[in-house]
Amino acid sequence: MPEARRGEPLSQHVLLIEDEPNIAEAIRFILSRDGWRVSHEADGSAALERVRKDRPDLVILDHMLPGMSGLDILSALRADPETVALPVMMLTARGRDREMAEQAGANRFMSKPFSNAEILAEVRSMMGR
Amino acid sequence: MPLSSLTGTRLRERRLAAGLRQADVAAEAGISASYLNLIEHNRRKVSGEVLDRLALLLGVDLSAVAKGVDAALMAGIQAAVARGGTDASGTVGAEIDRQDEFVSRFPGWAGLLVALDTRVQTLERAIETLNDRMTHDPHLSQSLHEVLSSLSSVRATAAILAETEDLDPEWAGRFHQNLHHDSERLAAGAEALVAYLDAGSDTAEQGIAAPQEEVEDWLKSHDWAIDDATLSSGLDSEIDGLASTAARSLARDHLARLADDARVLPLAGFVAAVDTHGPDPFALAGVFGCDPLVVMRRLAGLPGLDAGLVLCDASGTLTFRKPAAGFPMPRFGSACPLWPLYAALGRPQQPVEAVVEMAGQGGRRYRVQAWASPRYPFGLRGPELREAGMLILGAEPEAVSTLPIGSSCRVCPRGDCPARREPSILSAAA
Repeated sequence: MPEARRGEPLSQHVLLIEDEPNIAEAIRFILSRDGWRVSHEADGSAALERVRKDRPDLVILDHMLPGMSGLDILSALRADPETVALPVMMLTARGRDREMAEQAGANRFMSKPFSNAEILAEVRSMMGR
Repeated sequence: MPLSSLTGTRLRERRLAAGLRQADVAAEAGISASYLNLIEHNRRKVSGEVLDRLALLLGVDLSAVAKGVDAALMAGIQAAVARGGTDASGTVGAEIDRQDEFVSRFPGWAGLLVALDTRVQTLERAIETLNDRMTHDPHLSQSLHEVLSSLSSVRATAAILAETEDLDPEWAGRFHQNLHHDSERLAAGAEALVAYLDAGSDTAEQGIAAPQEEVEDWLKSHDWAIDDATLSSGLDSEIDGLASTAARSLARDHLARLADDARVLPLAGFVAAVDTHGPDPFALAGVFGCDPLVVMRRLAGLPGLDAGLVLCDASGTLTFRKPAAGFPMPRFGSACPLWPLYAALGRPQQPVEAVVEMAGQGGRRYRVQAWASPRYPFGLRGPELREAGMLILGAEPEAVSTLPIGSSCRVCPRGDCPARREPSILSAAA
């Protein structure tokens, strides 16, 4: 447990958009223990509204989501001046998806199945920690 | 009579084999020795009486000489060069200007080359089919996604359990539960994947042979003529022997159509009408009051007539190819845009007729007749489907005006063609 970060007054906020409940639970657990504040959304069509409401510092976005695909969500985020620069990490399963995610404006990618250490390292590096 | 550019070479070979002197043969044939020398070195075209006399003197089968090299083999070689004959800089490595010589001197090797080229194409098609399946098959994609998702979850959860030293027992219990659940999902996903891949292991089903070619090969084995009694009783056992489901379905549809045609135009009456009016689909359609396409299919199935037939749909895709001798048809890709078949496609219900000269076949001519019929399977407000057909009948040497056509741009030597779609690999040599 990283004791030094526990006392930070405003821990940074990660919004996790992922429909697989067990993956979401694991990621949430790892990031929370590392001192991040984590909220979770499982439904693609509710994700954009959630971003507007929660105003996260970073979004982890799954590619395959019910309701609205990760790529569509990403495109909508990049089209909105409020979220055009919001750091987004995409979780993808295939190389082809990765290429499309890059074009749509994702900052980082993580291929499934990822390791916990990789996720943590990427999030830290994206947030400059 | 169309002659191969190698007629002289053949005559020379026969003369030398017979141990005859050029001067003696020339004297017997009533020509000068120097003229015979030019003929033998393919520098003078030889035809008519002179050729008859030389052939008689040398015991050469005139039809074999005149026929020249095997047109199908030649077309196969050209197609092979078109597909694979260029290096990175676009240069053709094969000696295209000497392909006549190659095919006539080494027909066995040329045949092997064509067979290998066909095999390469078949394998390429199989790879494409498999590739399509890997990238576009929704079942495979779904199964893989399921496996990767549950694996991701298993990996992340297991790592938490293994690496978190002070894990709260309640959390630990929860993660153990998740792990159990995800490992079950992973097993089910893997099983589905294996079952899917097992079910698709039949190579014939994976497009190793193009279904249309399979059906055409099968019809060819019947000499393209299936008699009316056999048509009405069906050929189920033979069709069941075809390798792919698609080929079996195509063959059944084709036979059903031929059977319908036979009912519209019963053989005895049809043959009598052909005797009276000639193999003219437009005249015969008038006599019988039926669609000229029906007549064309009947004529193509008439033994002894040797009529070629191509059919295409509204996209111009060839849906049926019965070749006529010396009239090569592309196995892949599009045919020559100048084929009257396409003129008919654009002008349905109007007869299109022409005498055509096929490129690279020694000036061989054919009378072709084309017609297109529209169909409205969902009524007049539904989509219009068109089918065009072109009947190809033997040469008419005396024809005055001819339409120069080819097989397909890549293998067509015509240099000044206004309809050219892509450069030919042969134009440099032609």
